[in-house]
Order: sequence, then structure tokens, then C-alpha cells
Amino acid sequence: MNQKTSVKTRNSKNVPITVLLLIGCITIFFPLYMTIVIAFKKPAEMTNDIMGALKLPMQWSLSNFSEAMQVTDFWHSLLNSMVITLCTVALCVLIHPLAAYAIGRNMKRHKFYKFSYMYLVSGMFVPFAILMMPEAKLTAFFHLTNWAGVIILYVVFYLPMDLMLYTGYLKNVPLSLEEAAYVDGASVWTAYWHIIFPNMKPMHATVAVLAALGAWNDVMTPLILMGGSGSNTLPLAQLNFQSQFSTNYNLAFASYLLALVPILVFYLVCQKQIISGVINGAVK
Amino acid sequence: MNRQKAKKPLGSRERSYFFILLPILILFFLFNTLPLIQGFLYSFTNFRGFGSYDWVGLRNYADLFGDGRVGNSYRFTFLFAVVSTVLVNVVSLILALGLNSKIYAKSALRGIYFVPNVLGGLVVGYIFSFFFTYILPAIGTALGIADLSSSWLARTDRAWFAIVLVAAWQSIAMNTLIYISGLQTVPSDVYEAGAIDGATGWKRFRSITLPLIMPFVTVNLVLSMKNALMVFDQIMSLTQGGPAQSTESISYLIYNNGMGGGQFGYQSANAVVFFIVIVAISVFQMKYLGSKEEQL
Repeated sequence: MNQKTSVKTRNSKNVPITVLLLIGCITIFFPLYMTIVIAFKKPAEMTNDIMGALKLPMQWSLSNFSEAMQVTDFWHSLLNSMVITLCTVALCVLIHPLAAYAIGRNMKRHKFYKFSYMYLVSGMFVPFAILMMPEAKLTAFFHLTNWAGVIILYVVFYLPMDLMLYTGYLKNVPLSLEEAAYVDGASVWTAYWHIIFPNMKPMHATVAVLAALGAWNDVMTPLILMGGSGSNTLPLAQLNFQSQFSTNYNLAFASYLLALVPILVFYLVCQKQIISGVINGAVK
Repeated sequence: MNRQKAKKPLGSRERSYFFILLPILILFFLFNTLPLIQGFLYSFTNFRGFGSYDWVGLRNYADLFGDGRVGNSYRFTFLFAVVSTVLVNVVSLILALGLNSKIYAKSALRGIYFVPNVLGGLVVGYIFSFFFTYILPAIGTALGIADLSSSWLARTDRAWFAIVLVAAWQSIAMNTLIYISGLQTVPSDVYEAGAIDGATGWKRFRSITLPLIMPFVTVNLVLSMKNALMVFDQIMSLTQGGPAQSTESISYLIYNNGMGGGQFGYQSANAVVFFIVIVAISVFQMKYLGSKEEQL
């Protein structure tokens, strides 16, 4: 192989693979297309054959959406979902790196911190199935069968994973940075907020993304805590909607689309950060 | 690592660290460890979720092993977990290789293939439920494929596979991204050196790429196995455990009969067994796969 051709192959793009990957995108787009088309149709347009369901609506009708919003109490559910997600993200990013800082900087010196690390991280293997029944009792006891309880549970459940990510990342933050601050008379708190916290920015993004996706889409926790309270998150509203009005597909799909759009918009806006955040988390 | 020991651990600093960690430990104990212990204790009672209850010793555990419904849920869950783990990882690895090669619109394609992961499992399940109930049978009838012409979700021998497909559709996105980040850690000069020795195509993948991304394979296999074992949303939205309890996952059975069916104590025992099984599998996977990891 001479120098010239090797340079050429290095710069040229692989067309067959690109084409295959483009074709594969159909598997992503088809379900979304189906959702949009059915959501905008009147029930009368849903003829029995497959084309009746899949072809573009004759006139794009918004009536399904207004009705679906009413039936699922959309704005209220949206507000609940947003409050839960935002609080979870904020608390995870505030509390979890603190735990990682206290543990990570002392793990080598003290058995207590080493033990705490093992104890907290092992929580990763506890399936929610074993916790859910006692958790329902416990939160009822503390009067936390509401969004506040859901947030607390998320902060506790995401701690093992986040602790692992943060302590892993903390190893890259040089100890000398804080030592310098300590020499200048800084306390642990000031050193943390002025040096450690800003230095862990990439990990904050990762943790925030994972917490946001997890909290926004979760069904189990709100179902068990707030299931009978009449107050819903977006996924919970879909669940209740489905058990009551499962016959009108156009209405149902309008409500699905309403539930998907906020997270899709969020994804489109922060796509770069989300993807690099997840990659960051994977590399550790 | 050459980490200096702090010269003289100041008392106040030590105390700060301790008081930062203490509330977090308490919170974690209260909402994770305590319920775990409670669940363990409930597993020795005949508690129905309300009213009074008695200690029944190991009876729940003894009953579990003779319970056909529980046995069924384990069979389904394991079949589901193994098939979807294999399917997800094979497809994600192929996708990742494609998305990591020199292609047009690389970042756009990566962005598109990650979309399923941001969508909620429940709603996706509802959408696919329509697809399996109406669209796929219509296609099957039109093409004259007998196997597709009736809804998979209504057939005891096919419903599980429909759930595999939906769950895979969602989790392939995350696994692909993890594999991409793994592929990016392989330095290109290793490939160049391999090319000189004649490693191209499949051989190159088998003897260079795969061994070097083994840590990522481990992460992906453990993650997807763990997630698949705990499958819930897709069951809830696609089949609710049916037809004829053929798709009842362990999580779904514990939720359904434990929370609503008055079997709080009994399903707690089921949950304890489930917990032990999950830990055992994860530890085994990490031990076995960890030993296959290689370093440059």
C-alpha cells in the first residue's frame, strides 16, 4: 500500500454503511410517525385496513389534543412531572457530590469511609421490587405519599450510581488544589464550593441527565406512592387514562404524543450534552 | 498513585467530613436499608398489606418453591432477560461499529439512534401495543404470513417475544452509546499495527477490537441483564402479564399480587429470593467477564 492511497482511504467516507444506518432509522421513525398521524386524525378516518390508520390525516385536527389534555389533566400532570424532575436533578447534583467528596478524600485513610462507600454503592443491586411494599408503608407513615416522597426516594435510589461516578471523577481533581486552599485557611465547606464543585462540572452534567431521564420516565415509584391520590405525573396519567378510555385510539395517541413531546423537545435542545453526558458516565 | 498523606489531619476538617456524610448515610438507611430489612421481616409473616398478621416462619419460602405461578414468572423473566440481553448487545455492538466508522452525518445519526432511550417505557409500550394488535397482523395478512396474521400479544407463545422487541428497541440506544465510547478508547495506531500483521475485517474485530473493549462489554452485559430482570413498564403497557399469565415478570407479579392482591408477606418472600438471584447473577457476571478483560 503506498502512501497516497492510504491517505485517500483515511479521508473518504463509507457510503454503504451510511446508507444502511439511514435505512435503520426507519425503526426509530416509524413508531413516531404512527403516533403523530393517529393523534391528528378523527376517529372516522380510522378505517379497518392498515392504510386507514397509517396514511396522513385528511385534515389535521387538534380536537384530540384538547380533549386528551382535559381527560389526563395535562397541565397538572406536567407541572407535577416538572417539579419532581427539577427537584430530583437539583438535589442529586447538590447532595451526591458532597457525599462523594467526604468519602473519596478519606477512603484511603479511614475504614469508616471505605465502609460507607461499599455500603452505599451496594444499594445499586437492591431491586425496587423488594423495596416497594415496605416503601409504601414507610412513606405513608411519614406522610410522604406525594411528590415530596417521590423526590426523596429518587435522591436515595440514584445515590449509589452517582456516588460511583463522582468518586471516580474526584480522583482526577488534584488534591493539591484544596491543600493550597487549606493552607490559606479555608474550611472544608469553602474548599468544596470554590474548588471541588466547579471542577466536577462534566460529572454534574452526566448525573443531571441520567437523573432527569430516570425521574421523568419512571412509572413504578409514583405509582406506588401517589397511585390513589388523584395527583399524577405524566406517565401515571397515561396509565390511568389507559384503564378508563382505551377504546378511542385517536384520543389515546394524542395523549401519548403530549406525554412524549416535552422530553423530545428537551432532547432536541440538549442533545449534545445528553449524549456526551451519557458517554462520560459510561467511561467513568 | 502517589498521594500525599495530609500532614496533620485537623480535627475540625475531620469533623466536617463526618457531618457531611452522616445525614446522607441516615437518609440512605431510612429509605433503602430499612425497607429492605422490613421486606425481609415481612417475608416471614402472612401479612396481607392491612390488618393483623402472624409469624409463619419459613412457610412462605416453602410455598414459593411449589407455586406454579411464581415458577412461571421466573421462567418468563429469565427467558426474557437472556434473549433480550443477547439481542440488545449484538445489535448495539453492530450499530456502534457502524456509527463509529467514517460515515456521513455521524453526529446526526448518533442523535437519532439515541431517541428511544429518552422516551418513557410505558408510553412506548402503549404505542407498540397498537402496532402489534393492528398494524403487524394487517401486514401479515396482506403478505400471507400466517405467523403474523394474528396479534402476537394475544398468543401465549409469542407475547414474550413482542415484549423483548419493545424492550430491546429502547435499551439498544443506551448500550450503543456505551459501546461507541468504548470503541473511541481504542487508539488508531493499534489498528494500524494490526493491519501490518494482516488483521482486517472480522479478524481485526475478533482479535483487536473485542478484547480491548471488554470492560465495556462487561458493563453493558451487567446493565442490560439487570434491567431486563426487573422489566416492568413494558409488561404493564403491553400485556399486563397475559395472555394466561405467560408474560408475568417477577417484578410485575410482586407488584400485582403484593400491592393489590393481599399477598404482602408472601410476595415479600418472593422479592427476597429475587434479590438474592439478582445479586448472585451480577456478581457472577462481573467475576467471569472481569477475568476476560485485557489491558493494553
